[in-house]
Amino acid sequence: MSYFSPTALADALDILSRGPGKIIAGGTDVYPSARPGESPDYFLDLTRVDALSAIRQNAAGTYFGATVTWTDIVRADLHPAFDALKAAGREVGSVQIQNAGTLAGNLCNASPAADGVPALLALEAVVEIASAARGARDVPLADFITGVRQTALAPDELVRGIRVPPQPEGMQSAFEKLGSRTYLVISICMTAANVLLDARGRIAEARVAVGACSAVAQRLAGLEKRLIGMRPADLRVTPEDLEDLSPIDDVRGTASYRLDAVQEQIQRTLQRASAA
Amino acid sequence: MNKQMPELSLSFTLNSARVSATPYPGQRLSELLREGLDARDVKIGCDAGDCGACTVLVDGKPVCACLTPAHQAQGRDVETLRGLRQNEPIAARLAESFQDHGAAQCGICTPGMMVSAVALLRDNPAPDEGAVQDALGGVLCRCTGYRKIIDAVVGAPAIAFDGAGEVGFALRRVDGAAKVAGDELFGDDVAPPGCLEILVIRAPYPRARFSFGDLEAFANTPGVAAVLTAADIPGKNAFGVIPQFVDQPVFAEEETRFRGEAVAAVVAEPAFLVQFAPQMFPVSWTELPAATDIDAAQSPQAADLHEGRANNVMCGGFVTCGDPKAGLARAATTVEGRFQSGFVEHGYIEPEAGFAEIVNGRVELHACTQAPVMDLEALADILGMDRSQIRILPTAVGGGFGSKLDITVQPYLALAALKTGKPVRICYTRNESMQSSTKRHPSDITLRIGADAQGRITGFDFLGVFDTGAYASWGPTVANRVPVHASGPYRIAHYRAESKAIHTNNPPAGAFRGFGVPQSAIAQECLFDELAERLGLDPLEFRILNALENDVPTVCGQVFHQGVGIKACLEALRPAWEAEHRAAAGFNEASGPLRRGVGVAAGWYGCGNTSLPNPSTFRAGVRPDGQVVLHQGAMDIGQGASTVMAQIFAAELGVTPGALELVGADTDVTPDGGKTSASRQTFVSGNAARLAGAALRAAILAKVNAAPDSEIAFGQGEIRMRGATEHHIDLAALPVDALGYVFRAEETYDPPTKPLDANGQGAPYAQFGYAAHLAVVEVDTAMGTVKPLKFVAAHDVGRAINPMLVEGQVHGGIAQGLGMALMEEYLPGRTENLHDYLIPTIGDIPPIETLIIEEPDAHGPYGAKGLGEHVLIPTAPAILNAIKAATGVRLHRVPATPQRLHDALKTGDRNGA
Ligand SMILES: Cc1cc2nc3c(=O)[nH]c(=O)nc-3n(C[C@H](O)[C@H](O)[C@H](O)COP(=O)(O)OP(=O)(O)OC[C@H]3O[C@@H](n4cnc5c(N)ncnc54)[C@H](O)[C@@H]3O)c2cc1C
Repeated sequence: MSYFSPTALADALDILSRGPGKIIAGGTDVYPSARPGESPDYFLDLTRVDALSAIRQNAAGTYFGATVTWTDIVRADLHPAFDALKAAGREVGSVQIQNAGTLAGNLCNASPAADGVPALLALEAVVEIASAARGARDVPLADFITGVRQTALAPDELVRGIRVPPQPEGMQSAFEKLGSRTYLVISICMTAANVLLDARGRIAEARVAVGACSAVAQRLAGLEKRLIGMRPADLRVTPEDLEDLSPIDDVRGTASYRLDAVQEQIQRTLQRASAA
Repeated sequence: MNKQMPELSLSFTLNSARVSATPYPGQRLSELLREGLDARDVKIGCDAGDCGACTVLVDGKPVCACLTPAHQAQGRDVETLRGLRQNEPIAARLAESFQDHGAAQCGICTPGMMVSAVALLRDNPAPDEGAVQDALGGVLCRCTGYRKIIDAVVGAPAIAFDGAGEVGFALRRVDGAAKVAGDELFGDDVAPPGCLEILVIRAPYPRARFSFGDLEAFANTPGVAAVLTAADIPGKNAFGVIPQFVDQPVFAEEETRFRGEAVAAVVAEPAFLVQFAPQMFPVSWTELPAATDIDAAQSPQAADLHEGRANNVMCGGFVTCGDPKAGLARAATTVEGRFQSGFVEHGYIEPEAGFAEIVNGRVELHACTQAPVMDLEALADILGMDRSQIRILPTAVGGGFGSKLDITVQPYLALAALKTGKPVRICYTRNESMQSSTKRHPSDITLRIGADAQGRITGFDFLGVFDTGAYASWGPTVANRVPVHASGPYRIAHYRAESKAIHTNNPPAGAFRGFGVPQSAIAQECLFDELAERLGLDPLEFRILNALENDVPTVCGQVFHQGVGIKACLEALRPAWEAEHRAAAGFNEASGPLRRGVGVAAGWYGCGNTSLPNPSTFRAGVRPDGQVVLHQGAMDIGQGASTVMAQIFAAELGVTPGALELVGADTDVTPDGGKTSASRQTFVSGNAARLAGAALRAAILAKVNAAPDSEIAFGQGEIRMRGATEHHIDLAALPVDALGYVFRAEETYDPPTKPLDANGQGAPYAQFGYAAHLAVVEVDTAMGTVKPLKFVAAHDVGRAINPMLVEGQVHGGIAQGLGMALMEEYLPGRTENLHDYLIPTIGDIPPIETLIIEEPDAHGPYGAKGLGEHVLIPTAPAILNAIKAATGVRLHRVPATPQRLHDALKTGDRNGA
């Protein structure tokens, strides 16, 4: 067992190409899911790799390096379209968790209740993957998480960063999380919505993504289409809008409760995202 | 840094000092700090980021050290409470402020709280409540209810002070300074680093047969010092807290009865255990059909868990008076309902932990406990040793709430120390703590109550069935207490209450703040609201009308001629009741999903054992140097017993508490103060402390025939007395006794009770304490979520020996009652960690107003009554009644999770989910 903390991405990729190990960033998912007596061949700590810790904004969009933490996001000066992502960040666990936990770790851990996923789906984020053998490739977030705790990553790959394309001027965003207590709580369901209104105050574009109501968080394409041209005051989310969701029963709530709650939650999130 | 080479040693700054270390790959920073770098002020509560006790600052940012790879500290600046306390003026101020508010009770979360708060205050010197909540939301506290912590961080005016500390004075805790400095030593803080560790092997199924493989070969594995099983127990392989119900094995033999039951233990070097998992232990399991709820356990197919307890009925309790049938028949209105609750976990932030070594052939055991002498007696039986060969040195206790009354780590420690001859330690993981420790009993209660047209209760018929789990623990106590208390603090002339405790293949249900009374209070107080509604009476006035009074018999036929304070508690709520009702009605005029409601509930609780002897003995002495020493044997588990005993004793002796030297509950030197349970310490031990103080004073005065009202002053080697005449005692001239004292007093107090007859008639307690809570909630009717907005809590404590500590108990009890009402449910195999088992966070507890009522009790020291359990009895029903007021929906099952409330709202089911 070894512990690697490379400073160059190329070194990190080389280490990873030698065989399976455990990538660690904030460790906030790695440690709680570690099983006693089972240790990886090595830990690959990404937190000292140069160039992975930055948030960059330019004409090509916004880029979050793989070790950007929730606190970095909450404190960054970002376009209002990122308000949902920031709000999600403020609700991840606690300050302690936000200071260590990373956006990339949240995606790679691929929990159905990962709070970062709906907001990034609503931002149409793309995941940048890298390996020593094959260089870099881009995967849209919707294709990156493939199931409960499953991603499109090959064993020798890591996430280098997350890219969000430029967002339309005027797009607003909101996030709602439902949990059984105030802090340190896993979502029963959560919704992120990004909305662009036209000059007459009608919905020109809407992106609505829902988490913890299916194996992988997802956008509600039917609802998004239906919203176009509507005045926010008129919008009513209906059970039909939720047809693609397939929530489960667990200790946090039943499937039928989740469907009821998320319907109301989507309604509220959309109202907030389209409020002037 | 080198390119692709693994990291070995590292160096960083720890509390301003340069340190270096060689952690193993993946080692948690928390472990490195505690075991490698002597930073035991970093506390570990869950090892999963869920409790925040281990919070440290890395480059100024709070993180959970348990989730931080030690290697990430390389080159960084790491700060812990101890360092901050010394180097950071903000922390020094905060430490004072914590003591000014009683913001540290047991103290186990205090390092995490203070470190998080320092980070906040560095950024924002004048945070508001919301900022404090956001900053401290990652640290769980189970004692304080958080409000005093918020007050301490925002720098609200002090409520506790240094001073003469007379009875009634809000003295700062006498043990507060160590807690806020990170110097308090808890169960896992005394062992020397590197000593042998114990890992318990536990059953993975609710019920299973098992057989061991080659234990000898395993025991010879390098790194393993010993293996322990039932075969290693020299005495009785059984423990239990009630003599007739000693039924739980230290290690199961052949069959296990609940998930998490111990079958063996590995004693090994720490390095061995790092790479060891319980699945590697040579034991094979065969899962057996299990009964995991009351119904299954009572079905004809169910196997009996214990011989001689047919149908899995462990025991029952019964109280009746008058003619309940006729009383109900005569009623103008009756209501009835069935109420259910699940397991509730104590959720103290300190897992069970301890250390043992053999000293001069004797077993010396340091562990967190609520009952050191009971631990000693249990060990004497298990080890087959004379009690003189065992010494219990209780550590500080990081929360107990009832569960640390039972032995847990003690036998493993003692057996391992005896078998290896070496020092050994153990600290339960959060997971095994939750699996194996006792829980609050799940309840299934049916109740019928009738009242006449004027609203006077005419009849009451109660049946409570409790899941007592696999072993007895305190189940018999719950069975006894519930029928005595199920009436609530009311005048009920025609009454019947029966309880039954049923064994299941669940964790043993035991003592948890209130011994079953919080569960019965839910049924009774919720139905009181239903009854009041049917009668068209105001719920508060209905309670006042029926409230017990002096000279009115309780349901046990016990008549108190003084000290019944429930009416005063209820009446004290009137102004808030009216104001909050108006405010809620105003709020509800607006339409929308948010609805507010106000609820009220009351409770009572008998202090001390039920109709059983329950003595406390206190010893005090004066050393030749003039130092007064108080042997404080009433375990302080955060509630403040050390402070209360010091105040009472000092008041009697005629000195200030600050002049005392306190010696803890070390069984070699301190007499038995009895267990910290049953809200008995202030009452029972308080009386023993009072008597000891008076006796010591009398002995000193008698020596020189000084007047009884003389002032006593202890000086270096002398005592001076000033009254009508002056006296002086030169202590050097006096003989020193075997314990090192020139004066000594030892006094015992045992509360007067009388046995209960077959109908539960008698005098079960010498005193009761009384309480009434008002809760205001806001319900999001679309989501089913409940947000408590305010509590007003009136408590009759007889005499508040220390009002700050009274408030601390009230706040903490309300937080636990709120958790039970809204979020807490332990499901074996499913919510065995603090990630899935939710207890309230700092954002969940609204402002609490405490109204202290002082209706003195003739038996209490200075009139004082117990309080520790009263504080959560009315909370849950007050919340449920407020939910009903807000929504019209009556919930019959706790916790009222968002889903349960939503489902009930959706179906409009007035009988609830
Ligand atoms: C107490 C607590 C509360 C929490 N609350 C929330 C919450 O409210 N909402 C929420 O969504 N989550 C929550 N989490 C989960 C967790 O904090 C987040 O998912 C966090 O964003 C994970 O980031 P990390 O950097 O700590 O991940 P790590 O633990 O370091 O890694 C997570 C996983 O991703 C892999 N990984 C990390 N980085 C990369 C990379 N660049 N390339 C490839 N693989 C990688 C790791 O190997 C691991 O499998 C909580 C966790 C804890 C302990």
